[in-house]
Amino acid sequence: MEFLFYFGDVFTPFNFGLLLIGTIGGLILGATPGLSPTMAVALLIPFTFKLEPAQGLILLGAAYTSTVAGGAVSAILLKIPGAPANIATTLDGHTMAQKGQGARALQLSFLASAVGGVFGVLLLIFLTPVLAKWALAFGPSHLFWLAILGVTVIGSLDGSSVVKGLLSGCIGLWLATVGFDDIMGAQRFIFHDAVAGGINVIPALIGLFAIPQVITMFAKGRARLDAEVLSVEKHPIGKALKEVASRGRALTIGTITGSIIGLIPGVGGQIAGLVAYDQSKKLSPESRKFGTGHPEGVIAAESANNAMVGPSLVPLLTLSIPGSPTAAVLLGGLLIHGIFPGSDLFDNYPDVAWTFINSMLVGQILMCIFGLYVAGLAARVAQVPNNVMAAVVLGLAVFGSYSVQNSMGDVYVMAALGTGMYFLERFGFSAAPLVLGLILGPIAEANFIQGSMIANATSSVGQYFFTGALNLTLIAIVVLSVAYSVWMELRARRYTTKDEAVAKEEALS
Amino acid sequence: MKNLIAGAAMALMGLAGAAAADGHANYPERPIMLMVSYGAGGATDFQARIVTMTAGNEDALGMPIAIINKPGAGGRVGWNWFASQAEADGYTMGAYNIPHFIAQSIEGGVSYGADSFEPIANWGADPAVFVVAADSPFNSMGDVVEYAKENPGKLTFSGAGLFVGHHIAALQLEKAAGVKLAYIPSNKGGAGAMKSVIAGEVLGGVNNLSDAFRAREAGNVKILGVFDLERNDFLPDVPTLMEQGFDIDNASVNFRGVMVPKGTPQGIIDKLAATVPAMFENSRVQGKMKAGGSPMHIMTRDEVLEMWAAREETLKELLAGL
Repeated sequence: MEFLFYFGDVFTPFNFGLLLIGTIGGLILGATPGLSPTMAVALLIPFTFKLEPAQGLILLGAAYTSTVAGGAVSAILLKIPGAPANIATTLDGHTMAQKGQGARALQLSFLASAVGGVFGVLLLIFLTPVLAKWALAFGPSHLFWLAILGVTVIGSLDGSSVVKGLLSGCIGLWLATVGFDDIMGAQRFIFHDAVAGGINVIPALIGLFAIPQVITMFAKGRARLDAEVLSVEKHPIGKALKEVASRGRALTIGTITGSIIGLIPGVGGQIAGLVAYDQSKKLSPESRKFGTGHPEGVIAAESANNAMVGPSLVPLLTLSIPGSPTAAVLLGGLLIHGIFPGSDLFDNYPDVAWTFINSMLVGQILMCIFGLYVAGLAARVAQVPNNVMAAVVLGLAVFGSYSVQNSMGDVYVMAALGTGMYFLERFGFSAAPLVLGLILGPIAEANFIQGSMIANATSSVGQYFFTGALNLTLIAIVVLSVAYSVWMELRARRYTTKDEAVAKEEALS
Repeated sequence: MKNLIAGAAMALMGLAGAAAADGHANYPERPIMLMVSYGAGGATDFQARIVTMTAGNEDALGMPIAIINKPGAGGRVGWNWFASQAEADGYTMGAYNIPHFIAQSIEGGVSYGADSFEPIANWGADPAVFVVAADSPFNSMGDVVEYAKENPGKLTFSGAGLFVGHHIAALQLEKAAGVKLAYIPSNKGGAGAMKSVIAGEVLGGVNNLSDAFRAREAGNVKILGVFDLERNDFLPDVPTLMEQGFDIDNASVNFRGVMVPKGTPQGIIDKLAATVPAMFENSRVQGKMKAGGSPMHIMTRDEVLEMWAAREETLKELLAGL
């Protein structure tokens, strides 16, 4: 209960002002495509040089929380996921926005974010010592199986066809091998300087999701100019509150999956949203509605990616190991004030540590309030005429890809992948499995190589990867996940013909 | 105080005079960019931000330095860009990591070498250290080597990757102790390598002194030896490998500093070489670096040129067998 003692520090005028600035600034930065939470926090570090340690961390903590939630805005309204955490949000969120329910989708996403986020921070407050052990439990073999579990999600992520989902997942896995390999430094498929460093996930995300949409909008052009005035439904906040409360299953699955996966160093943040989306789809009696603008899809994805924020800081605060790129940037923010995080952080600097954690708790609530306030206004974006919208999205896509590492090469990668995806979509392939392959490929590969190096030196590969309770549990979940997909496939015989793909396209546009 | 100001003014005038001869009297006229070939939040990025924070002061460059990150492939992406595409006008500087970029150029597949760049000054030296988990039975390098002799090839230990300082230290240890070890490179840099030591996935690890110091403060690891010529101020109680009877020099020490691309006008190089080391000596910079646990080691351009040449020779010999 020690954290209650330091709650007052959050509400001193200056600290609270910083919290407001961090939250509002974070929402804006998060809503800008290409500015991931890591970038946003890194941009703010220089401002903390002049502040007290606790004040600096309030600013950084608030910005981290609200950029993660802010990413939902561009995911829902523009179909550009700002960071890998928001991929799953586009699946149902953008479809809702196209139906004129953008305000409802945004309200649901902010409410779900706040519930997930508060739960995650509470875990950080009460269970840190237990969680620290859990974070260390995942070695190379376990991370490998976890990545394989992610691969099994690929098949079921695309609602229309398992085979096409798997195929586009394979394209993603192949793209992931481009560049210098992570461990041995071998060069693979480097046919142009722009891909020497591998394909960066964020430009790829922007290209794969935004560009096909831009081309579609331009292709429709002036022919149907008259038909494009979309009415945006107003949606009272009270109704959104009731709806979130009534979708308890999606909210619970999202929050719990997000907290558990967020804890695992190096993997969590990127796939928490997608795994939670997939789980709540599989466990829902209305699983057919997912992908067609079902509110539960938005709720599961957004509660998961904010639930991950709290637990993702556990390895940093207790073991001094940054578990994610954002945590690494926060570590810099601590070191600059001479504070070494570690198991004694809470004894040596209780004021700094608890004020930081409390500010994330209050930040979640503030983020939700401001988010709900802008949701109604932001949803009007859907009324912008197609040709204007296409130009704006294209501009943001170029800006977002360039800003990741100030490289024109990333812009070329974004444009090339996006154009390719436009044609793939014509044949019924979708972007989400492809991106998942791109994210999981390096995790699976690097951990397999590391694991087998350790295994060869100590025991044998078979023993290293197939014994131990955690390995066996993960393998069992993988088998179950595959069996479930096969069973669903046999029962429903899902497949897509060209006509259906065209029909789906027509319905959406 | 008066003397100081007068001295600084004289030095500035002298500089201005020398630079004017080359036509770079007013350099720098706009902010300067410093390319860091590792991601935001890494040790190199963190230190680069601190040592350049006073660049805008009148007694330094008078213009701020902005950090641009170009991460990827262990630094190769950034340095490739720096060697082939960066403009040699004095407004694009880069951060170097020794032995990384020299080892990579010996390994091949990149478009740079030690002669593609012009060093300006060195700011830091982060020696590699050998760490084991806090509950490990090993208490000295002797214990480690003894275990390796009894179990050839079974002593697993982690490091930040291949062809970086940690890998060089590992090769030196194998050679000096005459044993076969299992070096496990991490794909998540020093932080990932440290995690695998603390979690018990490997029996030990080579890591950065600054990170290991922090992990020891947190009670997670023991530090058994320093891969350097002398003991470090941060760890006065930890003996060097040399003291423990292994013939290992400082070839694996991670030197960090700034450089410009080949072809930058000599007048600008001279001006930077004169001002940048003084900028690193600023007391605010020193204070922040100490607070962050980052050892400083300031070297002038001439000293760095000498160090690069010496490193290249040692590394060529060490990596020849790979």
